[in-house]
Amino acid sequence: MSGAKSGAEPRLVTPGEVIETSLEMRSGVGITYENNQYISTRIGWLREHNDTLSVDPIQGSYMPRSGDLVIGFIEAVRNNLWFAEINGAFNGLLPMSLAPWKVEFGAARQHMDIGDVIIARVQEVDESHSVVLTMKGVGLRKLKNGCVESLGVQLLDKFRGENNENIRNMASKSDTRIVVGENGRIWIDGEPEGIQSVRELIQFTKHCGHHKDFMAKFQEKINKTRGEH
Amino acid sequence: MGGYGDVKLLNDDGTRLDGRKVDEMRSVEIKAGILPNADGSAWVKHGLNVAICAVYGPVEAHPRKIQRQDRAVIDVRYNMAPFSTSDRIRPGYNRRSREISKVTAEALESVVLVERFPRSKISVEIEILAAEAGTRCAGITAASVALADAGIPMRDLIVGVASGKIEDTVVLDLDKAEDNYGQADLPVGILPTTGDLAFLQMDGDLSPDEFNLCMEYNQKAAKEIHEVMIKALKEKYEEGA
Repeated sequence: MSGAKSGAEPRLVTPGEVIETSLEMRSGVGITYENNQYISTRIGWLREHNDTLSVDPIQGSYMPRSGDLVIGFIEAVRNNLWFAEINGAFNGLLPMSLAPWKVEFGAARQHMDIGDVIIARVQEVDESHSVVLTMKGVGLRKLKNGCVESLGVQLLDKFRGENNENIRNMASKSDTRIVVGENGRIWIDGEPEGIQSVRELIQFTKHCGHHKDFMAKFQEKINKTRGEH
Repeated sequence: MGGYGDVKLLNDDGTRLDGRKVDEMRSVEIKAGILPNADGSAWVKHGLNVAICAVYGPVEAHPRKIQRQDRAVIDVRYNMAPFSTSDRIRPGYNRRSREISKVTAEALESVVLVERFPRSKISVEIEILAAEAGTRCAGITAASVALADAGIPMRDLIVGVASGKIEDTVVLDLDKAEDNYGQADLPVGILPTTGDLAFLQMDGDLSPDEFNLCMEYNQKAAKEIHEVMIKALKEKYEEGA
């Protein structure tokens, strides 16, 4: 849970649930205002912050936004562009002009082929949800080693911890490099033992991430991981 | 009189053959998130009906001709397993399953915020494992829970429930004999928060008063089922919290 809840106990709400509130509130994410009532539209934890009611969703798919760092798999190649699967409803389009190399027309496949994994950034999302990716920028590249794991996008904040504290702890102890994509993909690189310990922590987050006391348990588990190495 | 000659569907004391009162529903059990590989899923046992539902998406709608530029399409596939009835049924799509898939999709489109996902498709797969009258209602209830479990934004859940008429008496939640030999059947999809209807079908004849009584029974039953749906969803996520 983010620490922004002003209420004493965070409450789990389901779609269609009428939220009773005495204050003049604004409706945020996961809340709709109809017939003078605030109604939850998703399953998640109800949050009241700065006069705004919102729901921290527990489940849901990745909705790309401009600027997101994503990890994608190349699914198709054309003469002048690539299509990358980024865990969203639509594939991201990476034109050769936004690739990190100078690419001749018709030679896209020489640089990246189907099955390659990339770290990219979302350059643009239009109103019909078409996504354009870019690989021009620091750290954006084709991945050649390590492994990619998946985690629900709603659990990424918890996995990262405040100011990426959990990531730093995990990386330093397991001696791995960890990159978390906003699309719920996590790249881990390092020795096999280190990668395995991070994968176990991801599995733990998958299964227990929606529990109220997850953060304390997770940090305890990271500390235990420390003891093993 | 029953709809089919002398078939007796009510006992002398006014109760039904399975001992239920006229306004009594069969027991309902629901579980959310039973299929690990689906984005959302649900299992519903309504009397002897057993339905499971899996939801996938939203994903890009294929083929492109089914895409809507301003909203998602909901693709429902309702199917009865060959072993779901006492006489094995031929596997695959038939007229009835097409019809139920269509009305279910239309009912779900009225609650899902489809405008949030242009050009996308949300797949809803309903499989009836055991059938005893009221499978479309069990399927709708399962689909609704599975959509919520998948995190798809919705205005409300939908509850599928039916009532009807046997021996000139309005009854709630018809079982197999009542459905086969009764005089009328009125399955509806109800939005429990507002009481609005998402779909309504009627088989047989009902007078206005009988219709109103059916709707009264349906609304009452929808509230009961809604509580079970919410309990199932909350149980999944509050477990161990």
